[in-house]
Amino acid sequence: MVHQYKLNGCNIVLDTCSGSVHVVDDVAYDIIALYKERGGDGIVSAMLEKYAGRPDVTEADLQECLADVRALEEAGKLYTPDTFENMAFDFKARSNVVKALCLHVAHTCNLNCSYCFASQGKYHGPDAGHGGRALMPFEVGKRALDFLMESSGSRVNLEVDFFGGEPLMNWQVVKDLVAYARSQEAARGKKFRFTLTTNGVLIDDDVIDFVNREMHNVVLSLDGRKEIHDRLRVDLAGRGSYDRIVPRFQELVRRRGGRGYYMRGTFTHANPDFTRDVLHMADLGFDQLSMEPVVCAPGDPAALTEEDLPVVLEQYELLAKEMLKREREGRGFTFYHYMLDLKNGPCIYKRISGCGSGTEYMAVTPWGDLYPCHQFVGEEAYKLGDIWQGVTNTALRDEFKLCNAYARPECAGCWARLYCSGGCAANAYHASGSIRGIYEYGCQLFRKRIECAIMMQAVRASWEEL
Amino acid sequence: MERIKTLETRDLTKSVETGCGECQTQQCENAG
Repeated sequence: MVHQYKLNGCNIVLDTCSGSVHVVDDVAYDIIALYKERGGDGIVSAMLEKYAGRPDVTEADLQECLADVRALEEAGKLYTPDTFENMAFDFKARSNVVKALCLHVAHTCNLNCSYCFASQGKYHGPDAGHGGRALMPFEVGKRALDFLMESSGSRVNLEVDFFGGEPLMNWQVVKDLVAYARSQEAARGKKFRFTLTTNGVLIDDDVIDFVNREMHNVVLSLDGRKEIHDRLRVDLAGRGSYDRIVPRFQELVRRRGGRGYYMRGTFTHANPDFTRDVLHMADLGFDQLSMEPVVCAPGDPAALTEEDLPVVLEQYELLAKEMLKREREGRGFTFYHYMLDLKNGPCIYKRISGCGSGTEYMAVTPWGDLYPCHQFVGEEAYKLGDIWQGVTNTALRDEFKLCNAYARPECAGCWARLYCSGGCAANAYHASGSIRGIYEYGCQLFRKRIECAIMMQAVRASWEEL
Repeated sequence: MERIKTLETRDLTKSVETGCGECQTQQCENAG
């Protein structure tokens, strides 16, 4: 499958199944579009007619371009057939290795953000005796780390994300769990990569020093402009948090010395013009940025609407263009979705299987229950087991194993399926009631982001030629 | 004249041979 599009002065041809990207002129763009439906002679005559006023478009030149297209096809870089689908159905037989856990160390929060998918850390309240506000005891966290090491087979790199609620509300346990994991690395031949997501309210010198020493990445929640951030990210008294957290984030990042972090915002119906919020964060001095569309029930006042969609799609383009402009001016910044590595990106297995939720990645509640990921916590039907007995709901795990880029008939005709791996199971579940459903709104945003990211690579490649 | 420029990309069909699972839940140490 070939996807062609024009953006920011670039004509781009993406060969879905080889991953090849071609930047072409108008003539080649038209030839590639016609190549499979017309013979060579038909294409030449059509092009001579269309470009009649162009002295550079001659029959010999068109034949040369056709030969180039044919050579790319023979080299497996254009019109590459999809030979991967059968691989996807072998995935059920793959191992039950677990390599990443999301530790819900705090099912409570010191903010009261109305759009929070985790219901301010409570995760939908009590269910089956496990629910409501709680902090993870050290012994539960320690057992979770042991479960991860025992279940990881020959995998060396293990990942643990401290999540909530607000994980800094259980800070001593976070520090103790990191110390325990580090004490086990050499003996068990494992390497832990820790990350932490925080709203920033409890950041102090101790947190900054520890996070900057031990955390591979830290995610700092900021929605952008003060009036946007303070509209929804308020404390229990209803006061905005912007003025309290921004100086703390700036200090943490200043002392982080270039290590990975993300300023991570959520945009909603209140700010579909989210590029202004991304640029606001850049103007505050942050240079590793992320801004995600809110995921909530369609009737929620924060939910993005169909009317917002064209605005949001245009915003992604505006952001990409502004980023390139600032890059040229020597004040560039990164945006999570535009950090596409065409040369060293993921292999086909990763692209088919996606995030590994419910199989190699799971979430652990403060009580030690296992769920496919943080977004399923509190959905009793999606409980996989617990950290003492392991996965007992093996049928559910098998369902997630098969939840991949080839699981949904709607994806068969989509050029982006090997970039999104079929999309997020939780988003699909919340949008359609099935983890094999489709969240079409999210698909449209995803495709636009990939188009922008590839366009940026094409522009950078043109800079290198100059 | 050159009307097509191909960017350097990882060949997905070849990556069938080069599945280790060590990447993050993207950079791949085996891409090259």
